[in-house]
Amino acid sequence: MTSTTTPSPAPPPPAPRGHAGRPPSAAGSPGAAVRVRGLRKRYGAKQAVDGLDLDLATGEIVAVLGPNGAGKTTTIEILEGFRDRDAGEVRVLGEDPARGGRAWRARLGVVAQDAHDQAELSVAESVRSTARYYPAPRDPDEVVDAVGLTAKAGARVRSLSGGQRRRLDVALGVVGHPELLFLDEPTTGFDPQARRTFWDLVLRLRDAGTTILLTTHDLAEAAHLADRVAVVRDGRVVAEGTPETLGGPDARTPLVTWTADGVRHAERTDAPTALAAHLMASVAGADGEVADLCITRPSLEDVYLGLLTTEDDR
Amino acid sequence: MSTTDRVATGSTTATAATTGRGRLPGLAPLALVRAGLELRQFWRERDAVIFVFAYPIVMLAIFSSVFGAEDQGTDVAQIGFAQYFLPGMVATGIVLTSFQSLAVSIAMERDDGTLRRLRATPLPAAAYVGGKVLLTLATSVAQTALLLAVAALAFDVPLPTDPGRWATFAWVFVLGSATGTICGVGFSSLPRSGRSASAVVTPVVLVLQFISGVFFAFFALPGWMQTLASVFPLKWIAQGMRSVFLPEDMAALETSGSWQHPATAAVLVAWLIVGLVVGVRTFRWRRRDDG
Repeated sequence: MTSTTTPSPAPPPPAPRGHAGRPPSAAGSPGAAVRVRGLRKRYGAKQAVDGLDLDLATGEIVAVLGPNGAGKTTTIEILEGFRDRDAGEVRVLGEDPARGGRAWRARLGVVAQDAHDQAELSVAESVRSTARYYPAPRDPDEVVDAVGLTAKAGARVRSLSGGQRRRLDVALGVVGHPELLFLDEPTTGFDPQARRTFWDLVLRLRDAGTTILLTTHDLAEAAHLADRVAVVRDGRVVAEGTPETLGGPDARTPLVTWTADGVRHAERTDAPTALAAHLMASVAGADGEVADLCITRPSLEDVYLGLLTTEDDR
Repeated sequence: MSTTDRVATGSTTATAATTGRGRLPGLAPLALVRAGLELRQFWRERDAVIFVFAYPIVMLAIFSSVFGAEDQGTDVAQIGFAQYFLPGMVATGIVLTSFQSLAVSIAMERDDGTLRRLRATPLPAAAYVGGKVLLTLATSVAQTALLLAVAALAFDVPLPTDPGRWATFAWVFVLGSATGTICGVGFSSLPRSGRSASAVVTPVVLVLQFISGVFFAFFALPGWMQTLASVFPLKWIAQGMRSVFLPEDMAALETSGSWQHPATAAVLVAWLIVGLVVGVRTFRWRRRDDG
């Protein structure tokens, strides 16, 4: 019913860029759940997506991180078939989303941001009716139970709290038994306990073979859930890797800071204990203490913020 | 927790997910699923229910009470006000239930994410529209039946007994509702947001009501207004309904001197086609400001 025109497939980028950390299994494999090359999308003067590459192997969870306006949601919506692209090659479950039909959409699950629809239906009615759109749905009551809404099954959707509403969104996204699930900032508004329960659910979905593309601002969430992380900035992937290796070894090097003669010092070293021992011998005071000595190992959040800062300085 | 595990590990009501995907549900069953949901949601919005069912009756009551003393017509025929205005109220009810309700509700569903969510599922657009059509059919049948019952019992309006007249009623009702529904779907893309939808759609319907002979006798309107109204469907639905509920010799009061059934059908079908083309070309799943 849309009047949109299908963009002609753009030529592939001249040379593969080869991000560090991308597993060979995902790169260009025919069984890849998602393959994106050189994706571009412009709104007026703003280049929202600017040559983005992304791969998801079947069965993995990939978290896309990035500041607001980095192009995450635009990218996801192009993969879901909601938006046209200006250029680039996109394959989702082997098909071009711009041409995806009903059978293709039956294999996707979408949890979008800020929906407030179906206010007058009950939770159970909402999930049950959605299940009927699909050829091979999950059992709706089990799905309601899995997101922890059984006690609210008979309640009108409009009476749900923000976190409950979000869990309903997830239930509606998975009830069709998708092979590929898009989660766009799914735990916004969750309390810590609900978030933990939700993480368990996501990991079990992955263990059952569901491929999951997740966007989040929550670095702890990415670290806990993701097999791989892609950091998006200004419409491009600027870093990619497992949560443990993101940013490369340099970004992970422990940082030792101390004060000597009133001057603050900082040094990155793979041997922080040796440095500390050296400092103890050389700059420690009469009491044997090195002033303000601090050894930190960068968290994913530190690495992430470091990546964004590096881009700023460039 | 066991349920959670079963969901995650892929317990399905249909085992097709592991053995190859099952067949996609057909259009007709999906339209029925949608119609059931639409009716449930409509019925739960009490204010809308009351408005849809009471508006034509309240209007008939007000106009009959205010102008009740004046008989409508000329020396050709003299009938009571309630009888003269009943056809207009039937017509306005059809347009409200089909065109206005749909244009507003679809615009609001575009705004609140209903359409976006449906777009992400294998539900075909035709099943969504089919659900709306069935909802419109159910509500306008109930609304019109209620209006006719009140008119006959409370206002002593004589209802026709001739089957030919009820046949006319049936085709004008069905064609008018279909045209209103399709034009409503097409018009729903015009409002910028769900919140502005009412403000955009209501005046259109209100102006049409005034110039199409719903609130005033059509023959008493200025010529230019009659000409303008003749472009739009409401005038023709009202005229068709007059041919059902008014004495045959009242046809002399129509601008053309006859009920013009062929022209009525032609104009309504023309709008049906225009609405279909515009609807298919302009239908949007997302808000206009949404990228």
